[in-house]
Order: sequence, then structure tokens, then C-alpha cells
Amino acid sequence: MAGLAEAGRDAGDRGRRATRQAERPVLALQILIDGFAISALYGLGAIGFTLMFGVSGVLNLAHGGIMLIAALFGWYFAAEYGAGPYGGAAIGILAGLIASYVTYFVVVRPIQRSRAIPKLEEEIFILTGTLLWGIMIQVGMDYLFSNNPVTMQPLIPGVVNLLGVRTPWNEVMITAVCWCAIGLLSLLVNRTRIGKQLLAASINPRGLTLLGFELSHIYLVVWTIYGLLAGLAGVLLASFFGVSSDNAGNLTASAFTIVILGGLGSVPGSLIAAYVVGYAETITAYLLAPTLRPIPALLILVLVLYMRPQGLLGRR
Amino acid sequence: MRMLRRPGPWIALLLVALAASAPGWMGAYFLGIFTTAYYFGVFAMSWDLLFGFAGEVNFGPTFLIGLGAYGAGLLNNAGFGIPLCLAGGAVVAVVGGALLALPALRLRGPYFGLITLVAVLLLLDCIVIFANVTGGEIGMMVPDVLSIDASVNYWYALGFLAISALILFGLSRSSLGLILQATGQDRIEAAALGFNVTKHKLAAFCVSALFSGLAGGMLTFYEGAASVDTVVSLSITVQIVIAVVFGGRRTILGAVLGSIFLILFDELLRPLGQLNTFVVSAIALAVIIFFPDGVLGWVLRPREPR
Repeated sequence: MAGLAEAGRDAGDRGRRATRQAERPVLALQILIDGFAISALYGLGAIGFTLMFGVSGVLNLAHGGIMLIAALFGWYFAAEYGAGPYGGAAIGILAGLIASYVTYFVVVRPIQRSRAIPKLEEEIFILTGTLLWGIMIQVGMDYLFSNNPVTMQPLIPGVVNLLGVRTPWNEVMITAVCWCAIGLLSLLVNRTRIGKQLLAASINPRGLTLLGFELSHIYLVVWTIYGLLAGLAGVLLASFFGVSSDNAGNLTASAFTIVILGGLGSVPGSLIAAYVVGYAETITAYLLAPTLRPIPALLILVLVLYMRPQGLLGRR
Repeated sequence: MRMLRRPGPWIALLLVALAASAPGWMGAYFLGIFTTAYYFGVFAMSWDLLFGFAGEVNFGPTFLIGLGAYGAGLLNNAGFGIPLCLAGGAVVAVVGGALLALPALRLRGPYFGLITLVAVLLLLDCIVIFANVTGGEIGMMVPDVLSIDASVNYWYALGFLAISALILFGLSRSSLGLILQATGQDRIEAAALGFNVTKHKLAAFCVSALFSGLAGGMLTFYEGAASVDTVVSLSITVQIVIAVVFGGRRTILGAVLGSIFLILFDELLRPLGQLNTFVVSAIALAVIIFFPDGVLGWVLRPREPR
């Protein structure tokens, strides 16, 4: 959110112009449509993060960095190598997947396996370890691609008139892709064998090992799903708002905020929280001022945490 | 008196004396670097009190530092003298810290981390929104500076570091430190032993806020300006984390070593350009994975078998 705030300034400007020109019902519709698209993207960006915590107890603070890798590689291959938007998107997702594996094997697994780190402090070490790794990614990407904001060319060009609101086809398509990915994930978790193992691991990892399942194998599956989701979210983000290497930290903060607001480990909670945050930001950007965009969501978060520390749908 | 027979205090005294003589044999350029490093050392020590001892990941040290720095700066711009401004900044930091900590300490682990992070983001937003008072992203100049002489500035920083280290180290070895450590390891058991866990954590948070705020104020008067990049930005938080983890958490003094290493390396690796942050982070990551106790923890380990 705070991260997308800068990237999303365009949307805000568009909003202010709309306030001057359009009549009120159109403005309301526009907020409804833009908010829906932005929230879907937020949701997609956050569910990988929450799934990871739910299943393996890892809070990956390099999350923004992984999205950034996917976004920048996607943009680079789409624009400079002529791979086209779809080829670029595929390469971007692949880059996200590889980044996710590297995060697991180079940073998280050594910490989990280290004997010098007491189990009680593992969480703190993973937080600091992935934080440092995220910084390394951000600086590395800055070095490779500079910190100029880049925008991937739209997946589909053109504009469609939705109930009187001119909406780019790209925005419609991104929303659809987000919801397809979320739907596929829910099918995978609820309907397939491996998904049920993931669910079981999130409820009781020890019980699952007692039943003869290899936990490290399940972790690998989670990191794969996570990499694909983060990669897709990164590519779509590059196509919707555009990204710059400076966004990495803020992207992590956004996902973290949404996930905590929804309740750690709860995928439906994260989706609801994504919509709360997405609409709070869109409404602020359109009706008050684009510069105030990140503030209401932060205030909502503070209020919710004080009244309901486990988040909207969190379990404790 | 038993303290005097152990080598630790004497080594520390020797190091401080050596450091105090630095203006005699060190160039002004390096004096400036060490001055910054010493203020950073105070940031890192204050953070270690919460992170190392109480086991709380506070992502908001720059909230406290920023409150101290901007509090002091605003007072100075209103015409007050430096000592009063520093005190005022420290009060602002402690009050802000307490306001944050009172409800936040109900939360634990990642929730606590996030709420402290949000505090920083809100402070950043406020500074940018009230740019006409705070200078926004450009920063706020202060009319007074501590001194224009590099040596004097250096001694101020060293003295402040030494006094803070003495107090914080003493606190960490006092019953407060022990109770915090017990809380960090097993909150329920510590509470069952009859300690008021929340009260002790609140006390630790306030002490941390006091020193962070003071250090933020001192840094402002050393540099003659307070800006988002030097006292509030999240990259400062990351540097504090690196310094503490590298030096050795739960040692307080290790945080000072870590800060000096960090600032010095940042300067020495400057020829690498943007990549110096990459290298420093990579070194810190390697330390986390291979020597989780940090440099000082690793050095002290053989003498204190577990």
C-alpha cells in the first residue's frame, strides 16, 4: 500500500481529473471499479505471504524483493529483448520462482537447520535474515536496472466502457487473472491431495510427520507455490502501476500490513483485508488527496490491532 | 570491588582512553566518520535492549530517534538553547514511545514488529504532510550546532556513547535485564514467577526511547539538520539491525562494535558505489547464518560455557 502509493499516484491524478469533469455517479462507479482491480492485485500479492506463514511459519520480509525481481525481469525481457508482454510475463514469473527457491535454500533453510540458533529464537532470525536478503535484492536490482520506475507494456491494449467509466482492458484482464489465480489456489488447497497436505501442515506439522509425510517436501511445495504467486503478482504490478527498485521495502510492508490485518495464516482474511485496504486507499486518493493515500489504511490497521490483535480472521 | 579484579572494565577503560586520544593521531575525515558511528552505536545499544533481552523485534527504532531529533530541532527553531532542546526531544521520544508501547506490548512477535513499523510509516507521512514546519523530505535546518570543531564534536559523541554504554550495560546486568531476558525466553514462566512482564517491557521501551531520542537530538545538532534520510528512514532501521546482529545481540557493547564496523565499512567500500550496501548486508547475513551470536558473542563464548 505505502509502496503502491507512489506507483499509484497516476491513478490518483486520474481521480482528481475525474472529480472535476465527471458527475458523481460516474465517480462512485470509477472508485468501485478501480478499487476492485487494485484490491485484487493486493490480494494476490498477499496470499502467497500468508500461505507461507500458515504452512511453514516463515514470515518472508524479502517478499517485496521477490515481486520486484519478477517485475523487473519481466519488463526487461518484454521491452529490451522483444519477448513481448506474454513472453516477458512468463520469464518474470520464472524469475520469481527462482528467487523464491534461492530465498529458501540460501537464507531460510540454513537458519532453520542451524544448531547454534535456539528454536525459540528462530522466528527472530528468519525475520532479520530475510530482511537483509530483501535489502540485498533491492540494492542488486538497483545496480542492474537502476531505480527508474518502469512500466511493462499492457497485456491487452485498448479501453472498454464499463457502465460509463472508461477502463483500460489491461485493468480488466489483470483483475481477472488475479481472481483466476486465487481460485486455482483455493482449488489446489481444498481439492487435491498435495493441497490437503499443505492444509494439514498448517494445522499440525508434527501430526503430519507422524503419518509418514516428509515435511521438507511439503515446504518445497509451499515455496514453489509462493514463488509462482509472488512472481505473477510482481509481473501484474509492473503492468498495472509500474515498479522501481525503491518500492521493494514498501511492497513488503504492504503485504505485511494486509496479512496482519486479515489475520496471519488466513487466506480468506487476507483477501478481505486486501479489499479493505484497496478501497480505503482508492477512496482517499479520489475524494481527499492522492498524497494522503496510505494513511487511512495504516490507521485502520492500528485500530484493528488494538481491538482485535489476531486480525480480522486470525486464529490464536 | 570484585569488578576491579576482572579484566573487562579495564579493557573498556583502555579502549575509551585510546578512543579519546584519537583526535591527536586521526585525520578530520575519519574523526567525522567515527563521530557518526558513535551516535549510531547508541541507537544500536538502545535497540539491543529490546531485541536481545526482551526478544521483541522492534522495527520502529527510527520512530523514537526521529521523535527525538525532530522534537529537539523544532524546539531549537523556536529559540530554545541546545541542552533544553535535547531534554525536550528526549521527553518527546519517551512520551511517544510510551504511547506506542502501552497498547503495542499487548501484541507479540510479528504483530508487535508490524505496529512499530506502522508507527514509523505514520511519522514519515506526518513529516511530509506538515512540510511547512518540518521541512518535509528535504529536511529541517537547526540554527545551533554542538561545535564547529571536529575534535570537540568527536569528544561529545564519545562521551555520550561511553555514558550511555555504561548505563545501558549496567541495566542489562541488573535485575531488569535478567527479568527481560527471562521474559524473552519464556514469557509465561517469567510471569508465573511473579514478575510483571508488561511493566518491565514498558520500562525497557522507555529507556530505549530515552537514549534513542537523546542520540537523535545530538546527531541533529552535530549535523546541523534533521532529515528523513538520516533519522527516520527505514534504511536506518536496517542498519541498526545489521549492527546489533553483527556485533552480537544481547551484549549491548557488541552493538557499538557492530556500528563502528558498519559505518567504517560503508566508507571503505564507497568505491564499490551502490554495491557497498549489498556487500555489507551479505556479510551480516553470513554472520547470522554462521555465527548467530555475532562477533562479540563468539569471542566471549569459550569463557562462558553454557
